[in-house]
Amino acid sequence: MRRFFESAGMAVVLLLLVIGCSIWVPFFTAPLNIQGLLLSVALIGMIATTMLFCLAAGDFDLSVGSTVALSGVLSAVMVKTLGWPVWAAVLAPLGVGMFIGYINGFVIARVGINALITTLATMQIVRGVAMLISKGESIGISNERLISLGDWHYLGLHAHVWYMIALVAIFGFLLNRTVFGRNALAVGGNAEAARLSGVSVTRVKIGIFVLQGLVAAFAGVMLAARSSTGNPNSSLGLELQVISGCVLGGVSLTGGIGTISGVVVGVMIMGIVQNAMTLLSIGEFWQGVVSGTVLLAAVMLDRLKARKQ
Amino acid sequence: MELHFKSIGKGFPGVQALSDVSFSARSGSVHALCGENGAGKSTLLKILSGVYFPDSGGMFLDETRLQFKKPHDAIESGVAVIYQELHLVPEVSVAENIFLGHLPADKGVVNKRLLNQKAKAILERIGVDIDPRLKVGSLSLAQRQMVEIGKALSRNAKVIAFDEPTSSLSSREVEKLFEIIAELKRQDHVVFYVSHRMDEILRICDACTVLRDGQHVETFADLNGITAGTIVQRMVGRDINDIWAYRPRAIGDPMLRVQELRGKGIHGSQSIDVKSGEIVGIFGLVGAGRTELLKAIYRAEKGARGQIEIGGVPQSYRNPKQAIKAGLMLCPEDRKREGIIPARSVMENTNLSARRDHSLGGILINEGWERQNAKQQVDRLAIKTPSLRQQIVFLSGGNQQKVILGRWLSENIKVLMLDEPTRGIDVGAKREIYEILYTLAESGVAVLFVSSELPEVLGVADRILVMRQGAIVAEFAKSDATEESVLAMALPVSEGAAA
Repeated sequence: MRRFFESAGMAVVLLLLVIGCSIWVPFFTAPLNIQGLLLSVALIGMIATTMLFCLAAGDFDLSVGSTVALSGVLSAVMVKTLGWPVWAAVLAPLGVGMFIGYINGFVIARVGINALITTLATMQIVRGVAMLISKGESIGISNERLISLGDWHYLGLHAHVWYMIALVAIFGFLLNRTVFGRNALAVGGNAEAARLSGVSVTRVKIGIFVLQGLVAAFAGVMLAARSSTGNPNSSLGLELQVISGCVLGGVSLTGGIGTISGVVVGVMIMGIVQNAMTLLSIGEFWQGVVSGTVLLAAVMLDRLKARKQ
Repeated sequence: MELHFKSIGKGFPGVQALSDVSFSARSGSVHALCGENGAGKSTLLKILSGVYFPDSGGMFLDETRLQFKKPHDAIESGVAVIYQELHLVPEVSVAENIFLGHLPADKGVVNKRLLNQKAKAILERIGVDIDPRLKVGSLSLAQRQMVEIGKALSRNAKVIAFDEPTSSLSSREVEKLFEIIAELKRQDHVVFYVSHRMDEILRICDACTVLRDGQHVETFADLNGITAGTIVQRMVGRDINDIWAYRPRAIGDPMLRVQELRGKGIHGSQSIDVKSGEIVGIFGLVGAGRTELLKAIYRAEKGARGQIEIGGVPQSYRNPKQAIKAGLMLCPEDRKREGIIPARSVMENTNLSARRDHSLGGILINEGWERQNAKQQVDRLAIKTPSLRQQIVFLSGGNQQKVILGRWLSENIKVLMLDEPTRGIDVGAKREIYEILYTLAESGVAVLFVSSELPEVLGVADRILVMRQGAIVAEFAKSDATEESVLAMALPVSEGAAA
């Protein structure tokens, strides 16, 4: 039993959490609550799939929250003010997201500035640009076709949940089954060894940030479509929630270690804790305290486990 | 004064690292600890320094039982272990490092003058002349080691253990270290000395304890008349007279031809030829530019220039990735920093480089090949690992090195360069690595390796190049080379004569 617990780690915690909540939290198992729970983690879950790559390669990206906001604003401005067709108002923000990622990757990998400073700077720049374009105001979206891209249901699950599932599948495949994914882990594990073994460290890192920008922008456009607004103030602090989810899922902040299943588990734990507190009518102020404590406890548990080995 | 180990036992999940180890060491003598990797030397040192707590048995300094719950207890009791990786704070001064944790202070205010005086006095006790006000970061590795010794003495250490202290020192620095050790011995300390280098052990040690597979094999209370062969035989449990096991082979056409090589750390321009089937050894002291030379050929550093031909074809590769494509590989010097990916598995580490050529379109991993290739290398190189999925960091140094070799053997290899391929690995694994090199050469690969162990270069290479101050200064055929003639060329000469 103990060995099982140690190998499965957070998955067991998730299982116990689900069982516990099913027993003690009223309405937890109600279909409507499950649907809402999944939708509530969808945004974090989508972006966590690429944050996993950033962390695996030994970096991280703080600019994702700002990218979500900017791409939403851009999409709204493009359909509303500029009157662009829907496909352009979706694709152009994605291109902008990739460009932001490219700048991040270039500065980190080629110029050699660390990820904290680089993405801290781009986080502020990108948020600033979103404010400038929107003049600080939310921009409403009335284009039905754009809204319908981010707001449909299938088998009772919301579009965002399906997008999350698709991204988990895509990036899980990318991490485990492609040269790019394996190289990302190798670069995070030991960049110099990887370079001397013929891995293009710079190219791998830039590639990861471009993907991160792309996914953040996609999430941003879909968020805007779902809420029918491009809000320059949306997703403040999202980057930290995404990183928390990854860390809860056993992804190493120093690079080289991380699995997609772990990330799913980590994000779900975060979502369930939040959801249970809401159902138990625990005040919003307490929720931050509890979420932070859960993160700290999980990471300490992990460290104790590692020390025992 | 005597330090007694009595029936020490220590187990970890899956391995009994030490069982029933008993022996004694006298003060005023240097006591060697010998054994292959995994024999239990490190575990014993960690018990001595309070990092591990033994499962059974105990240590006694004369009649007093030493019981350490944490490393700090060992320091307080006068036991210091000086590891390969030193534990100093580079940003602060020598004196502050020496007295770290017990700075001479008056009501919390550090008395700098007294501090520097006391540090100077301690360094003088071991005949070392370093300004105690200097920052540790500005010192050479050898000097830092001396600071570490000073730190031990500031705590009135009675027992001082050295773990592979010479592995990164030049031969002149080694001499200085040996003088210090002789001084510690005169001052009646118990000195332990852990090293793989038999010549050093026979030279400076008075007694020697051999461990094998966690068990005490023999303690030689007096090393007079004991040969390296005897000790090695006890270590491996079988006879190894000629660990090089050199065998001559047919040497073919030039495979690697480097001309007018220039780059950082290389003096002027240098040229090198290695023929197909030939093993060329480069000997030089630390800092002679050996690593820089190999990295310049590999184009691992920016700014390297010069013409390179492989198999008669001029090459224009600009980075390691392209060099590997051209058939040239480098097995780097610092296994931990440049070789292994610690967090990843044996399989991942093996396939890191070659997988691109076996993937579908350079994109999709070929899982079948990945498993099969890793298994093939593990079998062929006799890598000891519980499974292909084992994290490489849990393997012994020798097995890690074999995985790195396996990484290159998975490639279509024409020229293999190796930088200190046997550093810090045990005799048995060394012999296996030489065997791999001979087999590779017999298949027509050109091998170029660097080593600071002179006997190894003389024993394994067909041809020996000597480097000094960034230049190749001499070349010897195997039959002409002697330790004296090669070493004489490697020793630094005064600036004026160097040109």
